[in-house]
Amino acid sequence: MAEYKEYRGMCVVGECKKYYGTDDAKVIHEEPKGVEIKNVHLHDAVIVGAGLAGMYAALELKKAGYDVAVLTKVFPTRSHSGAAQGGISAALANLEEDHIEWHFFDTVKGSDYLGDQDAIEMMVKEAPRIIYEYEHMGVPFSRTPDGKIMQRYFGGHVKDFGRGGPVLRACMAADRTGHVLLHTLWEQCVKYNVRFYSEFFLLSLIIKSGKCIGVTVWDLINGGIHVFQGKAILLATGGYGRCYSITSNSHANTADGLGVVMRAGLPLEDMEFVQFHPSGLAFLGVLLTEGARGEGGYLINNEGERFMKRYAPEKMELAPRDVVSRAMWAEIEAGRGINGQQYVYLDLRHLGAQKIMERLPQIREISMKLLGIDPIKEPVPVQPTAHYSMGGIPTDICCRVLADGKEKWLEGLWAAGECACVSVHGANRLGTNSLLDASVHGKRAGKDMAAYLSTNPPYEVLPEDCALDAIKQIEWLLNNPGTERPGAIRKELQENMYNLCGVFRRKEDLEKMYNIIKDLQRRYKNILVQDKGAKFNTDLMEALELRNLLETAEVIVASALNRTESRGAHYRRDYPNRDDENWLKHTLAWRTEEGVKFDYKPVVITRFKPEERKY
Amino acid sequence: MAEYVFKIFRYDPEKDETGRVQEYRIDVQPGWTVLDALNYIKWFVDGTLSYRRACRHGICGSCGMTINGKNGLACETQIKDLGTTVITVEPLRGFPVIKDLIVDMEPLYDKLYAIKPYLITKTPPPTDKERLQSPEDRAKLDGKYECILCGCCTSSCPTYWADKNFLGPNALLKAARFLFDSRDEGYEERVSVIDDKHGVWRCHTIFNCVEACPKELNPTQAIVDLRKLILRGKL
Ligand SMILES: Cc1cc2nc3c(=O)[nH]c(=O)nc-3n(C[C@H](O)[C@H](O)[C@H](O)COP(=O)(O)OP(=O)(O)OC[C@H]3O[C@@H](n4cnc5c(N)ncnc54)[C@H](O)[C@@H]3O)c2cc1C
Ligand code: SF4
Ligand code: SF4
Ligand code: FES
Repeated sequence: MAEYKEYRGMCVVGECKKYYGTDDAKVIHEEPKGVEIKNVHLHDAVIVGAGLAGMYAALELKKAGYDVAVLTKVFPTRSHSGAAQGGISAALANLEEDHIEWHFFDTVKGSDYLGDQDAIEMMVKEAPRIIYEYEHMGVPFSRTPDGKIMQRYFGGHVKDFGRGGPVLRACMAADRTGHVLLHTLWEQCVKYNVRFYSEFFLLSLIIKSGKCIGVTVWDLINGGIHVFQGKAILLATGGYGRCYSITSNSHANTADGLGVVMRAGLPLEDMEFVQFHPSGLAFLGVLLTEGARGEGGYLINNEGERFMKRYAPEKMELAPRDVVSRAMWAEIEAGRGINGQQYVYLDLRHLGAQKIMERLPQIREISMKLLGIDPIKEPVPVQPTAHYSMGGIPTDICCRVLADGKEKWLEGLWAAGECACVSVHGANRLGTNSLLDASVHGKRAGKDMAAYLSTNPPYEVLPEDCALDAIKQIEWLLNNPGTERPGAIRKELQENMYNLCGVFRRKEDLEKMYNIIKDLQRRYKNILVQDKGAKFNTDLMEALELRNLLETAEVIVASALNRTESRGAHYRRDYPNRDDENWLKHTLAWRTEEGVKFDYKPVVITRFKPEERKY
Repeated sequence: MAEYVFKIFRYDPEKDETGRVQEYRIDVQPGWTVLDALNYIKWFVDGTLSYRRACRHGICGSCGMTINGKNGLACETQIKDLGTTVITVEPLRGFPVIKDLIVDMEPLYDKLYAIKPYLITKTPPPTDKERLQSPEDRAKLDGKYECILCGCCTSSCPTYWADKNFLGPNALLKAARFLFDSRDEGYEERVSVIDDKHGVWRCHTIFNCVEACPKELNPTQAIVDLRKLILRGKL
């Protein structure tokens, strides 16, 4: 048997026998009130999240010789990074000419000039090295005839500083790119004996005199509060698509990291920017790859019309994601959705059975298995789906979390991946750039944490009351004699967010949505968790998640209301133009008892001056 | 819309001595999967029902369970395809039940750790370049690398039920994924684990695992190929 053991491996199910910190843990902390001593753990570094960002950081730290714990609410390979299909970008030029500079430009332009160019430049430069490192770890990339890593086209990635045609830049493993990267990182973590604590749910950060020194978590399997103390803490908790009813995101993408950060009094950055992907499977939001449109699928409204001809007469269905999403939504608003509902048809039938089976097998499989619809015989209902969150926890280019959102590092705390905002995606992310972001910044965070640890910072003594709020929260949820079920509140939140703070935004809608959220937050006080047990209480977990969703949605809506311009993924019907004069700046938002407070910081522009984003 | 009866295995470790079956009658919308029905029950009928789920499109491997006697992913099982309005849902067999439909997957992971589930190389890789691999060599990994670790195969394996030390189809498929990778140099280390009475030789090639795999992978073929590889290595 391999030396490696996952935390659970040490447990008799139902009862955790083995204490798992290093021994000096007992020396340096006092027992926090309400937490059993066996549930207090000490590691050099504590990472929350086991997607690409979290595991890359873990490997980096482990290789540097540090003791690292990775906490995750799902087993590592179940993280949502595994769902990514298309690819990961890097200017390898394996099949045709390509340059890091071109990638740099495309990302800046794609961000609608809101991305910070110093961060983008570092990311695209690091990209080839990351891909080679992945290959050396064993990722089964698809291969070119001469044995190199295969690359494909992807929207927004073009030649010659936007002047040329599409470029082969997306490194791929068939249509399972995220899956292979995630599994390979996990395999490497097994190899290097990274210690995972799977099915542990983050509750709060422990901050003492301006320094982050640990986290409190809920043990989902056994129940019980645990305290993880560390010198370097990383949040890599992923996206928050679950604020919306129609989303491509996993059930687990519930903004937990953001909720925790806000409750520690920290700001969030650029939360108004939420990317909608045009081809979400109707009712579910599960993603159908761009390939469906790429292979020549038609988008049809309820009159049987190929409506894209009125919005993008040249590119038609192949126009950029945000353009197609807006066109679809305009049709839906004009009552031309199918049966007057919020979806249109993606019609593939004219491609014929053979082409569909050969070129788009995955799309056929998904629509048959998930909706029971065979695209050979029937058109597939699709609607724009909440896909990616550009905003998040503000960090500097070393992934250090900024306490004031601008310059001041909150010592001991890092963030990376989709939950963070460096910002490399600005107002709109290019496809295949987010796997890259999560990997590059996961690695960079790991490196920076290791460098910090090498200066031998002292362990702080845990405050006695560090877990009391978390304990109170759990006890309240389990005992509250309420009547409101999490599922019902969540449904109202998600459906309204989709309608009122989605592809199109307007002042009235956003104000209405803000009031709805306030009302739902009031109803949350009357919540009823039916499952009263400690063990694997997913009812409790959903109630915890719901609080994070409600608080994060509040900031999304307030930020959207506040930004009176249209840029990238944020489209205000009442302010349809980009306004560089007033809005070429990042939003910083603090959620407070008196509402959301704002501040701003300038965009870092080094190389490319803002120009109109035309495709 | 039609009324369906869901007979779901329930077990609460804090209350129940042993498992029981609870019935839920619900209206099922057209196009619903079994996961949609479970979600509906959990969110609007009975919040205590417990199961794992994440991606809800067959890629994370969280929702493996036994549905009308067959292993599969709840999120990819169309209710209407089951051809009946009475549906039983049980946790995966062969693993200890933690609660309701949630099983302890640790035994599955332990077998994976045992076969050293990572690329083993001795030759250093080229600097700032990928290792080369021909498309033909890469094709040897097809049908092996797509595994989502859902456990449906190992849970359906009668040999595993009888011998909990048997590595099982999941771990053996994973071993094949590395042993047939042209870049891997871990033959000795890995073969010493799988060339064992609890390894490849234990399998009776009954093909249950193939039928159970929701990703249409073929662990049995992988096991047969591994045997050939080992026999060839011994010549
Ligand atoms: C369907 C789909 C397709 C995509 N395709 C592409 C693509 O082709 N190319 C591309 O570049 N990008 C793509 N993306 C985006 C990309 O996959 C993600 O942005 C990226 O994987 C995020 O990685 P991450 O490490 O930040 O987070 P994740 O992989 O989401 O991991 C989050 C981790 O945090 C943990 N966590 C969360 N909350 C808690 C908590 N409360 N307590 C403990 N742990 C917690 C989770 O368990 C998980 O391990 C796609 C996204 C989706 C949804
Ligand atoms: S073929 Fe082998 S591994 Fe598969 S179910 Fe049968 S005995 Fe188990
Ligand atoms: S081989 Fe198939 S059934 Fe077995 S774990 Fe992998 S995906 Fe699941
Ligand atoms: S929920 Fe991910 S496989 Fe079913």
